[in-house]
Amino acid sequence: MTAQLRPSLAACPACVAAPHGGAEQAPTEARLALSLPGIHCQACISTVERELNAHPGIHSARVNLTLKRALIEAEPDVRAADLIPVLERAGFEAHELDLAALAATQNDKAGRDLLMRLAVAFFASMNVMLLSVSVWSGASDATRDMFHWISAAITFPAIIFSAQPFFANAWSALRVRRLNMDVPIVLALVLALVTSLWETFLSGEHAYFDAALTLTFFLLAGRYLDYRTRAVARSAAEELAALEVPRAIRLLDGDEYEVPVADLGIGDLILVRPGGRMPVDGEIVSGRSELDRSLLTGETLPVFAEPGLAVSAGEVNLTGPLTIRATAVGEDTSLHRMTDLVAIAESGRSRYTSLADSAAKLYAPGVHILSALAFAGWYLYTFDIRTALNIAAAVLIITCPCALGLAVPAVTTAASGRLFKKGMLIKHATALERLAEVDTVVFDKTGTLTAGTPEVTNLGNHARADLEIALALAEGSSHPLSVALSRAARAAGIKPAAVQDITEVPGYGAEGLYRGARVRLGRAAWIGAAQGSQTAAWLDGGAGAAKPFLFTDALRPGAAEAVQALKEAGKDVLLISGDTVGAVEDLAVRLGISKWVAEALPADKSARVQLLTDQGQKVLMVGDGLNDTAALAAAHVSISPASALDAARVASDIVLLGQDLEPIAEACGVAQKATRRIRENFRIATLYNVIAVPLAIAGLATPLIAALAMSTSSITVSLNALRLR
Amino acid sequence: MSVLAYLIPISLILGSVGLAAFFYTVRSNQYDDPEGDSRRILNDEWDDKPKP
Repeated sequence: MTAQLRPSLAACPACVAAPHGGAEQAPTEARLALSLPGIHCQACISTVERELNAHPGIHSARVNLTLKRALIEAEPDVRAADLIPVLERAGFEAHELDLAALAATQNDKAGRDLLMRLAVAFFASMNVMLLSVSVWSGASDATRDMFHWISAAITFPAIIFSAQPFFANAWSALRVRRLNMDVPIVLALVLALVTSLWETFLSGEHAYFDAALTLTFFLLAGRYLDYRTRAVARSAAEELAALEVPRAIRLLDGDEYEVPVADLGIGDLILVRPGGRMPVDGEIVSGRSELDRSLLTGETLPVFAEPGLAVSAGEVNLTGPLTIRATAVGEDTSLHRMTDLVAIAESGRSRYTSLADSAAKLYAPGVHILSALAFAGWYLYTFDIRTALNIAAAVLIITCPCALGLAVPAVTTAASGRLFKKGMLIKHATALERLAEVDTVVFDKTGTLTAGTPEVTNLGNHARADLEIALALAEGSSHPLSVALSRAARAAGIKPAAVQDITEVPGYGAEGLYRGARVRLGRAAWIGAAQGSQTAAWLDGGAGAAKPFLFTDALRPGAAEAVQALKEAGKDVLLISGDTVGAVEDLAVRLGISKWVAEALPADKSARVQLLTDQGQKVLMVGDGLNDTAALAAAHVSISPASALDAARVASDIVLLGQDLEPIAEACGVAQKATRRIRENFRIATLYNVIAVPLAIAGLATPLIAALAMSTSSITVSLNALRLR
Repeated sequence: MSVLAYLIPISLILGSVGLAAFFYTVRSNQYDDPEGDSRRILNDEWDDKPKP
């Protein structure tokens, strides 16, 4: 588990590990990255490295097992596409990764910084603690003073280096006249150091150097846990984005060039092969085909495409090659314009205050007032500023949010780790807390509840002869409906009829000659039939009326179980889709969802989510398409599957890594448990304070009591969090 | 008690050697692939001679 949670620090492990392959070729070197989801053992590492290093043109290759990646340095003409078959022959699944998309996690400076500060705080606090133990066990006079001076010499530089994140945070809060958790921390540190130094100067008995350092160490540990959890999620999310290497085929004087999408300009001619995704917005110049717009609109019915039709980035070309002329590229494409809608919807969500923040709001002023009162009280009682200051420092140190600082990160780390094993990626820091409050779940249909692969529903209604013709025609095509039809017909034991001269007419269907008559399988309009509300392919068998083959989307694995479990947990389940009424109703009935909305535009979806929110419901939105993006951002918390468009994944708080939807219901349960643990932790921390604060105010707290209270409360809180595993 | 004059500096120096070693490991990317490194050590490929 710890191994998985490591942030990727690799700038380029291969450079460090392999000094050969040389700096002299550096300018003519290409760096490639491959994702290897299947590797798991030592033998895999050596096989992959041996295979890759044996490939001509490769200078060095190094596998990172933790990230399941291979980083390769090679001649500039080596392409990842050449290496993938090499690895597949050796028995490893490999995918190309876009190094540009991974760049952000590679130089993980913040994580390294935090780790160094943590190490320094640990080193210093252990040394000072040893000196303090001898003071507590009875060192006196000159020995005690010497120990205090040595402690001070260690503590000051250590705190100045390690506690910088707290100083920076507190300063930025104070500058806008607000209080956050870091203000009392910094005040406690400064006050403890100043009074301790003063006490040391006057050969006093009590110095809080060890407490200040332990406090810094525990708080930094909380910060680091928090950071690491988020770094893991970020690196996994980036890996998803990096898997979609954005390349396009540009046509120039009749030649094809493969170029990165970022290099495309307006007016470029781009070839999109069947199965490819539109890289930019544009207009079709030549070619006929069908387009799958389901990721953008939620419609499952493919759209006919011919020259003159405008296409948007993200649509999938189904049957024939298309040449498009780019009309908008990069930031101007409709895909990117959707981000405006997302930004508007997101402004609503930032209102959520995390449990830690609301605790800090109660806590920070309380601590300051308490310590100020203790100071004032003792000053009026003794008129000795030294005693009063000492007691004020003791109050601050003892109440300091050591356990509070660990309470949330320890729980979220444990919960995120558990959900990560189930295939859920928690991207947002407060996503778990928000997930725990959910009472309404809104599902998108296409690509979320359904897998996006069609299934024939009425195979039994057709005569065997028709099925044989249909199978023969369908086998010649790679259209998703044809593939589904031939798979179903083969499974039913149908043999293809002897249809001759089968040709695929891109955008329409397939036709051929059977016993002298022309037979066709394809779109309703082409066959001469009326288009129904359901996805259908029509067969003209040469005689009689055209017959429809009806299709529905296959359910995603675990969809039915997830809906069932959510309903059993007492949550409202809704289905909102951009697809036609028939298709949506059919699915809603199949899954037992009573509330559904069809033909919803993207704005309708987010408006409906907004309406539910206004009614006081906490909405969980699950969706994958561009049309869901605004709704994902508007919902209280949102989940998208890994197959979703990049824009949708960015807008959602949680990404589902596998195919299965079932973990969603369990995630709600884990989130509720996690929130309960967080509250318990707050209660434990408060309990320690309730016991220790009166002692501190009464002036009975010694540095020993402070150290004990701090350590025990931090350890109890961490152990309580670990119960979640 | 004069032994403290030696012992305390010695313990501090030893501690900072450990701290410096940790800094070195962090800076030289030794925590990038903990899982892979723990398995690479079992590899017998370069047992006879070091990797060129």
